[in-house]
Amino acid sequence: MRTPIRSRGEQAGRPHSGLERLGWLGRRLSERLAHPTQVVSSVLLRLLRNPTSALGLLLLFCFTLVALLAPILAPPEPDRSPYDMPQSQIMRPFQPPAGEDSYMPTPSPPSPDHILGTSQDQYDIFYGLVWGTRTAFRLGILVIFSTLLIGITVGAVSAYAGGWVDELIQRGVEIFLVFPFLVTTMVLTAILGKGINNIILAFIIFGWAFYARLIRGEVLHVKENNYVEAARAIGASGRHIIMRHLLPNAVYPVLVLASLDIGSIVLAAAALSFLGLGTPGYADWGGMINMARSWIIQSHGETLAYWYTFVYPGVAITLFVLGWNLLGDAVRDISDPRLRRGRG
Amino acid sequence: MIAYIIRRLLFLPVLLFGASLVLFGMIQLISPYTRLGLYVTSPVQLKGGREAMDRMLVKYGLTDPPQVRYGRWINSIVHLNFGWSETANSTVLKAFRHRFPATAELALYTFPLIIWLSIWLGVRAALQHNRWFDQLTRLFSTSGYAIPSFVLGILLLMVFYGLLGKQLAGGPFAGWFEPGRLSQHFINVTSEPSYHWYTGMITVDALLNGRLDVFWNGLGHLILPVITLATVSIAGLLRVMRSSMLETLHQDYVRTARAKGLPEQAVIYKHARRNALIPMATLIVYLVIGLLGGVVITETVFGYPGIGQWAAQAALQLDIPAVLFFLTFSTFSVVFADLLIDLLYPILDPRVRLS
Repeated sequence: MRTPIRSRGEQAGRPHSGLERLGWLGRRLSERLAHPTQVVSSVLLRLLRNPTSALGLLLLFCFTLVALLAPILAPPEPDRSPYDMPQSQIMRPFQPPAGEDSYMPTPSPPSPDHILGTSQDQYDIFYGLVWGTRTAFRLGILVIFSTLLIGITVGAVSAYAGGWVDELIQRGVEIFLVFPFLVTTMVLTAILGKGINNIILAFIIFGWAFYARLIRGEVLHVKENNYVEAARAIGASGRHIIMRHLLPNAVYPVLVLASLDIGSIVLAAAALSFLGLGTPGYADWGGMINMARSWIIQSHGETLAYWYTFVYPGVAITLFVLGWNLLGDAVRDISDPRLRRGRG
Repeated sequence: MIAYIIRRLLFLPVLLFGASLVLFGMIQLISPYTRLGLYVTSPVQLKGGREAMDRMLVKYGLTDPPQVRYGRWINSIVHLNFGWSETANSTVLKAFRHRFPATAELALYTFPLIIWLSIWLGVRAALQHNRWFDQLTRLFSTSGYAIPSFVLGILLLMVFYGLLGKQLAGGPFAGWFEPGRLSQHFINVTSEPSYHWYTGMITVDALLNGRLDVFWNGLGHLILPVITLATVSIAGLLRVMRSSMLETLHQDYVRTARAKGLPEQAVIYKHARRNALIPMATLIVYLVIGLLGGVVITETVFGYPGIGQWAAQAALQLDIPAVLFFLTFSTFSVVFADLLIDLLYPILDPRVRLS
């Protein structure tokens, strides 16, 4: 996970000239829909009015659409997991050596049967892109959900309990924060065994500490507010304070911001499967680029002949991460003034 | 402040102990047979099949209780015995000594480039706030932060090695953007007995040997990996530098400096930029963390024989001693970079010293 370097005091999204039209559309939309009472919709409208975040939303909307419509766009073969890319029946022109399967190893260019071509061993690239979108969302959401669950629990307990419990938990958190994320999860995945699910597991094991620290800082900050003291003074129960004050004011903002880290999580996971730690034949962008790599690099002179094996998944993952980053920058700018104080 | 530093130093052994426990916990997930590799120092010992391995399990105490094994593991680390690496086909320490200079050379060019370029771009973007240069750097940082380094690396290889490679052949830039550290011809040159390896860094050694042609070729091989490794970090750091610079430009002391009639250059570089650099220092740790991961990916993309490529290979082939060593090395680097920044911070920012 790339540690998000947040810009301070920066207002994202001054109109990029080319995107201004998009922003204008957003403004028109927002004029029709404005409901000042609803926080969510007002934030959404602010995001739509800003051209860069509107572009981010548009990108993510497209990816969501592709993920939802995956079974229609690229119907999976019956009797096999839809996440396993189907191999086209292009066989080798000669008998393969014993122990090797009979699929032609050389990628084949785009054709009516395979509109984006096939990769090494005749995996259909279009199919991989479509189901790879689902893989990306599934992976990102699973990791964020689990790390947040652990992070919120540990962080809230630590902040609420205080004293030596807090001290003990915080030192533990610090130990987990010392490990460089990508390198450590690479090693842990190797130990657990190659595969997407083990990448997810490794990310959860070393990802929660970051959020635990964030949540703790937020809860400590909110706890000092007058309204919490006032609630305590009028005899509100601990449960009431946690549910009505600490959760909405400390946890939900972090929840929103953390969900925007999905982009960097997917990127880190793609890096690991690019290194060869993913599931072979699984519809995932990093793994597809791993397959393409040798065809791009080792075929000197013919390098561009196999461009389609690399360019399509490369563009897909870059746009996916870009979408989350653009949206994330804008949301952080909207919520930052309050959040930043809590971190100091 | 001094109390804080003392607390930090006192916590250091606890931190390292905790980290070693996490590492030890990770090793326990592997079967004892695979773990034998940690204690084997020569492949000859592994001959003799399953029974020999069973005997070795007992001999090396892999059937002992965990706390005993933990103590023994720490003991071997203290004595710099990291075991045998299958992928490198030598002891871990020897392989590390052999491969580290390549990575160090990569870092030697990447680190200053990142620092210099992100500061320079960040300051200029802040001075040109919202004008075309600012917009351009914003575009660069947004796209540089979104494109995964392995995609960027392969893209660069496609263009410079694939497309340009043939045109460059025979010219002054022949063999420049090839994967690896040197072209074949120069690998032969450097393995002649008359060629001395002083540091293991090709560009440095070439100059010490007075071989400009080797230097030129080695430099050409470094360009694409350095760009790939540096882009993400520059993209992130320049934004921090930009907003930090924007913030300082609005400070009272900058206004005072202007009011007392200092030339604009002095205001910007002596007053504003120096203070804007302070938040950058805290990010060096993240830079180290980012580079550790980046080195693994970049070296794999470019077939560059450093410790990152070795670590990736070792992870794929479950070469546990090598992988553990790399992780221990990385974690130590992060801990000490973090400590160093904490110690340097009061020097950089006098306000911290006072509080």
